[in-house]
Amino acid sequence: MNIYVLVKRTFDTEEKLVVSGGQIQEDGAEFIINPYDEYAIEEAITVRDAHGGEVTVVTIGDEEAEKQLRTALAMGADKAVLINTEDDVEEMDQFTAAYILAEYLKDKEADLILAGNVAIDGGSGQVGPRVADLLDINYVTTITSLEIEGETVKIVRDIEGDAEELETSLPLLVTAQQGLNEPRYPSLPGIMKAKKKPLEELELDDLDIDEEDVEAKTETIEVYLPPKKQAGRILEGEIPSQVSELVSLLRSEAKVI
Amino acid sequence: MSKKVLVLGETREGALRNVSFEAIAAAKKISGGGEVVAVLLGEAVSEFGNELVAYGADRVITVEHPHLKSYTSDGYGQAFMAVVDQEQPEAIVFGHTAVGKDLSPKIASKLQTGLISDVTDIEGEGADAVFIRPIYSGKAFEKVKLKEDGVVFITVRPNNIAPLEREERSGDVSSLSVDITNLRTIIKNVVRKSAEGVDLSEAKVIIAGGRGVKSKEGFEPLQELADLLGGAVGASRGACDADYCDYSLQIGQTGKVVTPDLYIAAGISGAIQHMAGMSNSKVIVAINKDPEANIFKVADYGIVGDLFDVIPLLTEEFKKVM
Repeated sequence: MNIYVLVKRTFDTEEKLVVSGGQIQEDGAEFIINPYDEYAIEEAITVRDAHGGEVTVVTIGDEEAEKQLRTALAMGADKAVLINTEDDVEEMDQFTAAYILAEYLKDKEADLILAGNVAIDGGSGQVGPRVADLLDINYVTTITSLEIEGETVKIVRDIEGDAEELETSLPLLVTAQQGLNEPRYPSLPGIMKAKKKPLEELELDDLDIDEEDVEAKTETIEVYLPPKKQAGRILEGEIPSQVSELVSLLRSEAKVI
Repeated sequence: MSKKVLVLGETREGALRNVSFEAIAAAKKISGGGEVVAVLLGEAVSEFGNELVAYGADRVITVEHPHLKSYTSDGYGQAFMAVVDQEQPEAIVFGHTAVGKDLSPKIASKLQTGLISDVTDIEGEGADAVFIRPIYSGKAFEKVKLKEDGVVFITVRPNNIAPLEREERSGDVSSLSVDITNLRTIIKNVVRKSAEGVDLSEAKVIIAGGRGVKSKEGFEPLQELADLLGGAVGASRGACDADYCDYSLQIGQTGKVVTPDLYIAAGISGAIQHMAGMSNSKVIVAINKDPEANIFKVADYGIVGDLFDVIPLLTEEFKKVM
């Protein structure tokens, strides 16, 4: 089976954000594989181990993203592709990313493409379904279970807390939701092997893409931090009197009940 | 310049969702006086048309088909694109719901336009409209607009944009017949896991538990309070990892990002990842044994105490006054 995983390098969830000059400062920040993409990588490896084939992880970014690709290879992916847009693309949005990925994937005859259901930085959740639409293949988002039996793919997906059971077939793009699996940590032998696994670097030219074709459709005008919350009130006294004070505050002061 | 705006109306358990009314209000702003046309897709949905008019839609188009009984991106995609072809809208608004999140990228891709998802506020009107959306799960915000001419397409986060007052208004409800074919996904079953049908993302009140809840049973008093207030129960990652509850309840940077009117955090210490998912709630109450817990830093009101003492008392107290 020919399996591709779309991954994104993101800020570590532990990071506090600093905004200056209208941009989020990346200096000194730790980066990770987007946590939802880790579920996608884990699932891809599991599917390959059960059905044979090859797992290729693909990302768009600059050379820094090589580290996250090596991590995916250390987890067990077979090959990695970095589409380096550093010199060609100044502003990227979900349209841009999906276009580039679809151009890369269009002649790969992928049976299964996996991605995270959302990236924890931009949080748009668009790129996976957009890629599927451009490739004219079916997609299923926020999946929590995947079973492939011959031609049939049985999936459970999370829809706002409920579990929807469905059937579809390959080729298919799915996006991973938490609960799909427990991503493995790279083992030491895995990390050693990863250094020798193929990591291909491509630029837009290699994909015959003109910069104009991938111009972002949307524009970010400003990035800012939410206003700092004023310190709240810690109530005092016996617990029962605190509770009745809280109820009256919620009703009369905060007016939320 | 006024714009014609299409809004996707959604139903859940036999009623229109609030977020659809909020989407109409957002559409009104974007329209700058242009026409707002609501779209309803389903097996039998025309009965809901007038309600969308009452909340501000100028006109409603329904597409009814047995293949639209359950949502599939193929079925809904074909139906919605048929409406787009007929109406040629200049803007589109969906709710940022399970359906909205799944369908909007497909429609945006077909229209080759930008999609500004998970919008929480709109500045300006008509052609000058600029959209505000959280990034990094609410640790920061960005203002975004469409770069050039094209269909303005947004999804709005539930609970953030106030709906218009419900009024007697008049508007045409018409149906469009669409041939829906070649569905690549077959829905077999939906297993209800969410309690009482109150969805976390739309809940006005959330009672969330953390490691301090200590067990599956420990969530029962939280559920009781949530039921009383018409809210939903959520959880921190700690509680989910400890198997006290399902991952579908998790609130945080991984998990759901929520903005209810009232968020009660019980036995949650307040890891940065959890705070990202809830700190934009309108009012936050923290209940924790540890007076140094981080969660008190974002709380409007705090009670230092054992949640198993506080929550049942809170339920009793609310029962007295409601």
